[in-house]
Amino acid sequence: MLWEIDLHPRLGLPDSDARGVEADAAALGLAKYVSVASASGYLLQGPELTAERVERLARELLADAVAEQYVVGQVGDARLTNPPDRSGAGSDESLARSGRREEVQQTHQLVQVLLKPGVMDPVAQSAEGAVRDFGWNVDAVRTLRKYWISGATETETRAIAAELLANDAIEQVIWGPLPFDRLQAGSGYEFQLLTAPIRGLDAAGLARLSREGQLYLQPAEMATIQRYFAELGRDPTDVELETIAQTWSEHCSHKTLAGRISYRDGLGERQFENMLKETIFAATHQLRQRWAEDDWCVSVFKDNAGVVRFDERFNIAFKVETHNHPSALEPYGGANTGLGGVIRDTLGTGLGAKPVCSTDVFCFAPPDTPHDQLPAGVLHPKLVMRGVVEGVRDYGNRMGIPTVNGAVYFDRRYLGNPLVYCGNVGLIPRDKSFKEPQPRDLIVSVGGRTGRDGIHGATFSSAELTHESESISGGAVQIGNAIEEKKVLDVLLAARDRGLFTAVTDCGAGGFSSAVGEMGEKIGAEVHLERAPVKYEGLSYTEIWISEAQERMVLSVPEATWPELERLCASEGVEATVLGRFEPTGRLTLKYRGTVVGDLAMEFLHNGRPPVGRQAVFEPKMASPLRPSGAPLPGPPRQPEGNGAASPGSHNDDLLAILSSLNVASKEWIIRQYDHEVQGGSVIKPLVGAACDGPSDAAVLRPVLESRRGIVIACGMNPRYGDFDPYHMAASAIDEAVRNCVAVGADPGRIAILDNFCWGDCERSETLGSLVRAALACHDLSLALETPFISGKDSLNNEFSYVNASGEKQTIAIPPSLLISALGQVEDVSRCVTMDLKGAGNRLYLVGKTKNELGGSHYALVKGLDGGAVPTVDPPRAKATFAAMHGAIDAGFVAACHDLSEGGLAVAAAEMALAGGLGAELRLGAMPVDADAIAAAERLFSESNTRFLCEVPPEDAESFEAALAGAAVAWIGTVTGSDRLQIVDDRGATVVDLPLADLKDAWQRPLRW
Amino acid sequence: MSTPRVLVLRAPGTNCDQETAFAFEQAGAVACCVHVNRWLESRWLAEDYQILCLPGGFSYGDDLGSGRILANQLRHHLSDSLARFRDEGKLILGICNGFQILVKSGLLDSADACGPAVTLTWNASGRFIDRWVGLRVASDRTPFLAGVERMFLPIAHAEGQFIGRDEPTLERLEQAGQLVLRYCQSKSCPKQPFNPNGAARDVAGMCDASGRVFGLMPHPERFIDRTQHPQWTRLPAFEEGDGLRLFRNAVQYFA
Repeated sequence: MLWEIDLHPRLGLPDSDARGVEADAAALGLAKYVSVASASGYLLQGPELTAERVERLARELLADAVAEQYVVGQVGDARLTNPPDRSGAGSDESLARSGRREEVQQTHQLVQVLLKPGVMDPVAQSAEGAVRDFGWNVDAVRTLRKYWISGATETETRAIAAELLANDAIEQVIWGPLPFDRLQAGSGYEFQLLTAPIRGLDAAGLARLSREGQLYLQPAEMATIQRYFAELGRDPTDVELETIAQTWSEHCSHKTLAGRISYRDGLGERQFENMLKETIFAATHQLRQRWAEDDWCVSVFKDNAGVVRFDERFNIAFKVETHNHPSALEPYGGANTGLGGVIRDTLGTGLGAKPVCSTDVFCFAPPDTPHDQLPAGVLHPKLVMRGVVEGVRDYGNRMGIPTVNGAVYFDRRYLGNPLVYCGNVGLIPRDKSFKEPQPRDLIVSVGGRTGRDGIHGATFSSAELTHESESISGGAVQIGNAIEEKKVLDVLLAARDRGLFTAVTDCGAGGFSSAVGEMGEKIGAEVHLERAPVKYEGLSYTEIWISEAQERMVLSVPEATWPELERLCASEGVEATVLGRFEPTGRLTLKYRGTVVGDLAMEFLHNGRPPVGRQAVFEPKMASPLRPSGAPLPGPPRQPEGNGAASPGSHNDDLLAILSSLNVASKEWIIRQYDHEVQGGSVIKPLVGAACDGPSDAAVLRPVLESRRGIVIACGMNPRYGDFDPYHMAASAIDEAVRNCVAVGADPGRIAILDNFCWGDCERSETLGSLVRAALACHDLSLALETPFISGKDSLNNEFSYVNASGEKQTIAIPPSLLISALGQVEDVSRCVTMDLKGAGNRLYLVGKTKNELGGSHYALVKGLDGGAVPTVDPPRAKATFAAMHGAIDAGFVAACHDLSEGGLAVAAAEMALAGGLGAELRLGAMPVDADAIAAAERLFSESNTRFLCEVPPEDAESFEAALAGAAVAWIGTVTGSDRLQIVDDRGATVVDLPLADLKDAWQRPLRW
Repeated sequence: MSTPRVLVLRAPGTNCDQETAFAFEQAGAVACCVHVNRWLESRWLAEDYQILCLPGGFSYGDDLGSGRILANQLRHHLSDSLARFRDEGKLILGICNGFQILVKSGLLDSADACGPAVTLTWNASGRFIDRWVGLRVASDRTPFLAGVERMFLPIAHAEGQFIGRDEPTLERLEQAGQLVLRYCQSKSCPKQPFNPNGAARDVAGMCDASGRVFGLMPHPERFIDRTQHPQWTRLPAFEEGDGLRLFRNAVQYFA
């Protein structure tokens, strides 16, 4: 017997979900007039459930008596499927407006949405537990959402269901009543050992095996595997092949960037044996040697996160990951598990770091992309953006980890391949910063159960997306359960402090396969797969081994401490299971109910992969002057109706247009959905100023509440510069990340950075060439600024291919997207500064030299200009400027400081003014420039690096100037008590004169959703 | 003065326990974070404490509505212990998720013959929101707010809209002085709508008939240090945050 409890808004209260669907349907042009009523429901099955008990569950557990009303019945009852009577609730208005078109559905179409079987449903899990707390047994619970739709045509209704109500990757849509009357709880599994006959295959056969098995391995790799098993005189089992594919995947082994590359550019050629090692790692290595006993790096490029020294008691770990492909298919689940995954990275660093804050950086296509311009298989960017933000929000907020810093970049080329970077910072005691599994330790899995979710995530993320990805790789898309991970976090840190395990790592891509394979690399491991707790029956041994089900960690536990660990886990309701042992055999042995199903030499698994050799070419672009672009640009910003008089020579409209451009516009809609203050250490929030709405350069927080010492989190990225020269793009991103930290008070001598390369298909030599060129800049800048890279990650193959209306294959590659994330430190947080103007009469100083660098700028974007010179960095000058700037802030001379980035001086000044609620007068003639002839537009909007706009009280002016003596610095204006930003050019002509209200409105309007 | 002991109750998904315990300690108490499973194992556990605090977070994920599952656990298994705790003249504080749990467990004396009279439901915006709000104290009913007139504190919640079953119910609670804490205009953020979630009568916190059980949506533990204020870089130096007074009051109550 299958019971159903539906929850409706109480009569008179708004049906917000339904109103949201109606609004989205109209906004996306899916249906002009549609009327929706919605409800959420639970399906419950169990022999002990009676009508009376189900009624009580509805009343006491599931429905909120004040806000909701419930309907209880058995599946099949008409009262569950009849449209609710909401007379007076207002939803009939739109039906009346629709004017009864002939083709519209006069009746209510019931659409029910359920998660597909096997998809994580935390609410159903919680409901099961809560029902048992009443003392009644229950077999299965599922949740559903129901919608009664009227007023739209059938085609429109189908479009609404497909685009707004359900995501085919994880959910199923049922039209009308439910077609079943019991819940399936999984089917049994009959053990059968599968082998893949590889020995007799020719090249074409190997390629087919790689493709059809979703192994995504290269021909040379398949041949190596074939040889290995030929020598053994047997064929591989399926689980052996899968294990090798996971371990050798681009996602897990980074074989392209850590591989052989022959690189050629305008200056010459260079051979790399291991590109990353010889560029980025080498710079860090050299810095650490230079610093000798003052080295403050602790663990770099080897653990799950990079680790640096914080204070006498603690180190600090930082990792940034991407979750691009899953987020393209299912934005909410992709971003949700993206953040969950990177949190497990810091949790799995050393013997476990306590996560203290998170970051998120996204790249999307413009959210106003017309619906009819979407290729098949692509979700609308506005829905992608909303889903991604909600995914990060729901995981981070539930975990109680503040999301404190981020950025969003928009470009049409992210249409099929949005980028989702999630970062996490963790605090770890100095004596817990390293791990070492011991021979004969138990292999213990802690946390969530293993299910069929997330199969082939690691190999899938190494492939190119196509319009068919949704159906091929849907299993790789998951939903997270943040509370499960929070429980694991609580118990793991307690176990760490009691010294109950010798090593920990997270189950990420590749699941147990990667986690156990990595931990046992130097020892060997024997795993009994049937011991893994599963979510439901029917999983094969291979599925158990490679499932990427979320919220699982693997520990290496000495036999002697296992009983205490087991008790601790049980006391907090966390499942812990011994899967096997790190046996000192040098082999990875997998067993299922006593039968050996896999047996591989660790040496072959980890070192047997043939080196990948790639060609990389970088052709420098010919320099060209700034000029009108031939083609119209994607998603041009709407021209705001500023009331500034557009007199000749006025740049009012340009400034307003840049403030309204999506990359620059306020991200308050996102920021306020994140808890950025939980854990109580917040010092500089993402929004600051007189009305708490100005854009902070970096976040500052105190991870140890008893201490005044703080960490600073910032980022730098500018994909637009990559179209000119990836070297300068990378250099600019590093400069931006560092200067954001310095702007709030971080010590530039203690900033560590991370790289995240998201690129297109690196089998194309030009694509790889642009990446190598960016890596060379990372090496050079890291050394020159003495800013070490401590961790990094790459995501290649970010391309989307589809067949257009004329039947031609089209490929959209993302622009080269290097994110630099920075982790700075401040000795005493009370010396930090924010970017909002503080007091009328204070002076405004510009620090750093302005050059004619409008190439790739936001001025060029809004004016539709191509060409020009892209911003470059002068490393020795940058290093000196950062040090001097820090000295001035630390000494307390600076009332406000803001870095100059997108939109240059004009945007920085506007943001400082609108944040402080104070006016400003600036004189462009006074600013330090590279050439005398530089024009007003260049002075206003050039995006030259290493620049700050500082507010200094008159009494500190002399000291400030002295502190900055070595850098280019000039007094260029004054804070006023007026409500206008006024800027005059070098001849005294007014080039900007705008009220603060207009500036703020232009900046806030585009993403005020 | 005796040092009160605070039981900071945590459950799966509780996430403000550590900073809340820290705030109580700053105020002079001894605070222990205790998992609800320990209390379920030993019903007498709370006897050693004078203050029970239900901190913020997402207990059991708020999966069946905010605070619902933990509230049901308390009702099913610990209602006697809780009643005894309150009747002995001890204090109970619920912050954010803790307030939601208090409301849904019936500890705030809002229910009548017709069932629950108030609830905390989805914000009018339908979204989670993190911002700071002005607060005024509307009655002297609870010792937690003794001597406090105004506060500026952050909120961070999705289900914080206080609503009543109907107007007479709200009027009854108002007359009883239970609707103690209200959102109000603040000079720090003059332009925002001061009521962040659409709460009826701008209610941000309420207490039971005795005043010793108090729940509020804002987070006092997030404003202990001056550098937690969103505008501290623009303000003249000051010693401590508004939230600390609430914890001090709780400690003072046992002096």
